[in-house]
Amino acid sequence: MESFFSRYRNALVLIGVLLAQVIGLAVQVRRPGQSPEDKGGVLLIRAWVTGLVAPPERVLRATGSGLHNLWMNYVDLIHVRSEDKDLHQQLDRLKLEEASLAEDARQGERLQALLGFQEKYVYKTVAAQVIGNSGTEQSRVLLIDKGSSSGIHPDMPVITPDGIVGKTRDVFAHSSQVLEISDPTSGAGVILQNTRIRGVLRGNSWGQPEIVNVSPDDRIKAGEPVLTSGGDAIFPRGLAAGVVDRVVPDPDGTLVNVLIRPAANLSRLDEVLVITSTGSRIPSSMQEDLNEAQQKASEILAERLPSRMDPDAIPSDQDNADSTVGPDGDVALPMRPPQALHPDRYTPSDTPPAADLKPGQPIEQIEPPAATADSGAPAAVHSPADAAGLPSGHRKPEGGSAQGEPTGHTATQTGGVSAAPDQGTQKAAGNSGNLEGQQRRARPAGESGATGNPTIPQKPAAGAVGPERPAPAQPSAPAQSTPPQGAA
Amino acid sequence: MVLMASSRHEVGTRSYPPAIYVIVPLLALGLQSLLSLYVPRFDMIDLPLLVTIYYAMYRQEPISATLVGSVIGIAQDALTHHPLGVFGIAKGVVGYMTASLGVRVDTENHGTRLLVIFTFSLVQTAILFLLQRTMLGQPFAWHWVHELIRAAANALLGVILFALLDHTARSDY
Repeated sequence: MESFFSRYRNALVLIGVLLAQVIGLAVQVRRPGQSPEDKGGVLLIRAWVTGLVAPPERVLRATGSGLHNLWMNYVDLIHVRSEDKDLHQQLDRLKLEEASLAEDARQGERLQALLGFQEKYVYKTVAAQVIGNSGTEQSRVLLIDKGSSSGIHPDMPVITPDGIVGKTRDVFAHSSQVLEISDPTSGAGVILQNTRIRGVLRGNSWGQPEIVNVSPDDRIKAGEPVLTSGGDAIFPRGLAAGVVDRVVPDPDGTLVNVLIRPAANLSRLDEVLVITSTGSRIPSSMQEDLNEAQQKASEILAERLPSRMDPDAIPSDQDNADSTVGPDGDVALPMRPPQALHPDRYTPSDTPPAADLKPGQPIEQIEPPAATADSGAPAAVHSPADAAGLPSGHRKPEGGSAQGEPTGHTATQTGGVSAAPDQGTQKAAGNSGNLEGQQRRARPAGESGATGNPTIPQKPAAGAVGPERPAPAQPSAPAQSTPPQGAA
Repeated sequence: MVLMASSRHEVGTRSYPPAIYVIVPLLALGLQSLLSLYVPRFDMIDLPLLVTIYYAMYRQEPISATLVGSVIGIAQDALTHHPLGVFGIAKGVVGYMTASLGVRVDTENHGTRLLVIFTFSLVQTAILFLLQRTMLGQPFAWHWVHELIRAAANALLGVILFALLDHTARSDY
């Protein structure tokens, strides 16, 4: 017996070691539905190895970053000024775009609230540096330099400004593992932006993300953006995942797999963001950004309109009537294009109501709507500018008829209110605070006689952003103000 | 004949500073993890496998080679999301086989080293394929061309690294 062990000692040791590891593997294998997190000794071993490997990697990474920063900050400063100028221009353009999208965002939020849908907004992120990866083709795992001490927990989404990267897996004190979306064992709920086809994104054996088990659809084209759907309860909805690369048949059935080019460059990751907190309302920081963007957008627009300010006009107490920010701080108003300088019958929103149109009758022959019967005031709408509800100081002079015309007539016509001009103004202002400011600013210009300067029509102020359509005569209608069209 | 040339006596009289046995595996793991970030396709290279083969060749003790290979493999597993033991089993087997073979061949010859590394790189991939595909049910792609290129790349790099590691050895003469 002794000779047997001594003779086959090597093989027995090998068998023993392999058997122990196979048993260890069997213990670690999880059934579907079980938590993917490691526990106990396995987590301890991973923590030890990571603790041994991560610090040197962090030092090497810091050294490399230091040298890179030294070069970038002190040596490679050519063209910085021109780039700065370009970036400022780009920033201004983005502010304008952001302002124009703000209303859509808020409207979306209101609709989601009505539908009971909970949008997840990113509240807080933790920036982390990628200090290593698994080093094998079989495991697409990153190692980042932030861990539980920075508030990171397992199954937190990891993104870059370009798109999603993956989710945290095992989290240690000062480092974490990130499972990339290109790993075959990962999974993220995604949706194709145009075709609205949903699916599960995971990596194939070559490390390219793909949406698996999709019904064949000819509408799926290369280049279509892919976004997160929020259905996995990990990634917030609407983050960029990539674009469609091509569609390949699923080898196991009649379905197809949609190969994706990831939005984030997974092979060149330096820094990532770990989303540590999400919420169902727009975060305050984003709210401030939107407000700032809209104010900034108004300033930019003001600079681009050279004759916006009437040089003879008395300065108004409202500094920026163009601003979409209302006096009550409501910034949820979109930027609108300026009104036509010479409105005609083709001008949008200047067409008579459909009820007044008759087949074959030219539009010019249609009588303009009369003022409300109980007002006793003459019909004030004699021109498209009147119909548009523009302040008198900003209408094109028409034989002097508009000069000095009380702006309250316009408001009266618009609102159908039988009142003195000032009362009419106040009535209309009751519907929109910005309209009040607009008319308050317009009144001095009208009183000054509209000096004949080529008047550039103002973009309507917030709350009265759309040109008003002349209200049809409704003698029996009660005296009430019609809300401005653009305020709906 | 190259494979039958024996230099076992010379090998047995070489030794390495004890720190090498700790530093080199850790360095291999760290470099493997770090360089894969910056060097494209570096994940085809398996530095821990090269260290395992080198250790097994020169110690020529199957038991210690098995244990060292298993420990290095488990450490490599810890950097992945695989269960601990996948690389451990593969490298344990490779260490055992290399040490057993090293008794019979000339481990100083570069051609021998090239063939050994090339062969055992394929052996490791085959073991990984069996473990992951059969035991764990995880996807694992096997493409012959890719695996041959990977084995050749590891063999070429291994020959260079082994020559460098030879210089760290101190002679006991």
